[in-house]
Amino acid sequence: MSAHLSQDARWRLFETMLLMRRFEESVAKMNVEKHFTGHYHLYIGQEATGAPAISLLGPKDSLSTTHRNHGHVIARGADPGGALAEIMGRATGLSGGRGGTIHLTDASLGFLSTSGVVGGSISLGVGGAFARKHRKDGSIHLALFGDSALEEGVAFESLNIASLWKLPIVFLCENNSADSWDRSRGGYTTLTHAANDLRSIPGALGIPSRRVDGCDVEDVHEAMAEAVEACRAGKGPMFIEAMTRRWAGSAPLWPELSTGVTDLRMATGEAAIEGEHSAWYAQNDPVLKLARELLGEGAGARERIFAIDAQVTARMQAAERFAIDSPMPAPETALQHVFA
Amino acid sequence: MTKMSHAEALVTAILDSMAADADVVLLGRPLGLGPQRMLMSRLTDRFEDRVYDPPVCEAGNAALGVGAAMAGIRPFVDLSTGSFSFLAFSQIINEAAVSNYMTAGKIPVPVTFHCLEGVRGGGAPQHSQNIHAFVWNTAGLEILAPSCPADMYGLTRAALASNNPTFIMNHAKLMAVEGDVPDDRAAIPIGKADIKRRGKDVTIVALSLMVGLALQAAEELAKEGIDVEVVDPRTLAPLDEETILASVARTGRLVVVDETNMQGSIASGIAGMVAERGFRSLKAAVQRVARPDTPVPFSAPMEAFLLPTHETIMAAVKRTLV
Repeated sequence: MSAHLSQDARWRLFETMLLMRRFEESVAKMNVEKHFTGHYHLYIGQEATGAPAISLLGPKDSLSTTHRNHGHVIARGADPGGALAEIMGRATGLSGGRGGTIHLTDASLGFLSTSGVVGGSISLGVGGAFARKHRKDGSIHLALFGDSALEEGVAFESLNIASLWKLPIVFLCENNSADSWDRSRGGYTTLTHAANDLRSIPGALGIPSRRVDGCDVEDVHEAMAEAVEACRAGKGPMFIEAMTRRWAGSAPLWPELSTGVTDLRMATGEAAIEGEHSAWYAQNDPVLKLARELLGEGAGARERIFAIDAQVTARMQAAERFAIDSPMPAPETALQHVFA
Repeated sequence: MTKMSHAEALVTAILDSMAADADVVLLGRPLGLGPQRMLMSRLTDRFEDRVYDPPVCEAGNAALGVGAAMAGIRPFVDLSTGSFSFLAFSQIINEAAVSNYMTAGKIPVPVTFHCLEGVRGGGAPQHSQNIHAFVWNTAGLEILAPSCPADMYGLTRAALASNNPTFIMNHAKLMAVEGDVPDDRAAIPIGKADIKRRGKDVTIVALSLMVGLALQAAEELAKEGIDVEVVDPRTLAPLDEETILASVARTGRLVVVDETNMQGSIASGIAGMVAERGFRSLKAAVQRVARPDTPVPFSAPMEAFLLPTHETIMAAVKRTLV
């Protein structure tokens, strides 16, 4: 392990990543228990990208995300109860239940409106970066999106504008096509692009771009720190492609908690790793991977891991109770907020 | 009063808005390809660092404005020829117009879109589209259609001060037309129709370029003893239904004029609204004047054949008096 991240920083990231994970496990549970209906997307498997990237933002920075947004919103510090209530269409949700899972956002944390249109995080994000530059306060924008966003035409237009006007924006592409199923297997959409190296797309427009291991918090953090610093210094935009793995539960069209509730004893060696997902548990799960690394921090690490999990789990239990107990919006309020 | 062209009224309104609010920025050049484009120097001379020339990318430019507005500034986004704004419909309709709603008012989008729409003359099918009726079906967007320089000025000021996404439908043929602009330089409230001519026999509701034709028809009909009232909605959304209904209550007869083709036109929408809410006022069937449902051809006589004129408006007025 390199020395880029301090011990403290690694522990904080672990806590954030575990909260992101437990949050998604709650979402899946709420869906199975029919507390909400409709399609949704889980962030499981990409925690080691979103958590370190978002941890580098300051309070004035803005960000934009996608349909796979839950992890980003939680990592930035949104209230898990309000976020879960939004996903469940409750009046107490972050947006009063009007946006739901696809449009989860928290304006108070600098998020733009979350677009459910593929490519929206890039194109609206460039607008966010334009506003940041207009403010002249050194703030930047982080656009988080998946690999398929680069199939959309507007992505190319927006990358061009960002490069021409040297906008302070980090484009963070979370490439999660590895291990995905394609449409012919009944799976969720995966990358369908003639460019065999996505970095060549921003590269053609003069945007510096690099590829990192999206399952490695050190790698992501180091690249992101460099990109953030460059953008703050007026040397933006920057592009990072983080190579993550498609979590098995996100491979089919409808998500399922195929790997079960994360058992941290698989990291400590106290639970056996077996079955069809053993490669995931042993190598690819970013939360288990970081837990294993933290065990090397010395005496007390094991106890600290389980203590953090107990806290996070209690927090999510409270969030679930809050969301389930929250009222649905009054139907006639559907007529409100058409105009500001 | 100061006499100025539509184009000059637009530039003056943008200039005054930029002076009043440092967060107003201009993305593109809204004065088209005619000689009025030279007026842009008034903006670039004073606010060089707030006037941007984006690449040719309607979707990217619209998204730029929408995202920046979500982040709290007030961009004026020029989409050039209205026909090209279809490329930006996702940004206008599926991003800008829904954000305030789907965040329960937490993320309003104070962006202003502008285009030069309509049958500009020799534009052929792909540069002659009226897009206001397409956009009219969008909830959450304020749609403005000024018919004279005074309204151009006041509505542009209102658009740039509004916390909602606004779309200024500026007709290409109006840019050189002159008129008086009040010296108080005030914004015109969005959602207020204006009665451009008082009359007691028949109400004509017309918008944008069609207002001038309606007024011309009214003058001709006056010579025949027919007293026409001309109502200009000025803003299509929100629509001032009450002013239209009150006028129809006084006259009992209604003609609605819209340059776009009939199917799904403003003429059809307003006729339907009055049929439902003002039926007891009506003494005759509502008449709609709009283009036949075809694309717009290049060749001048074919193009002219399709367009509403003061004569076709006069004929429609007379049909309500049979």
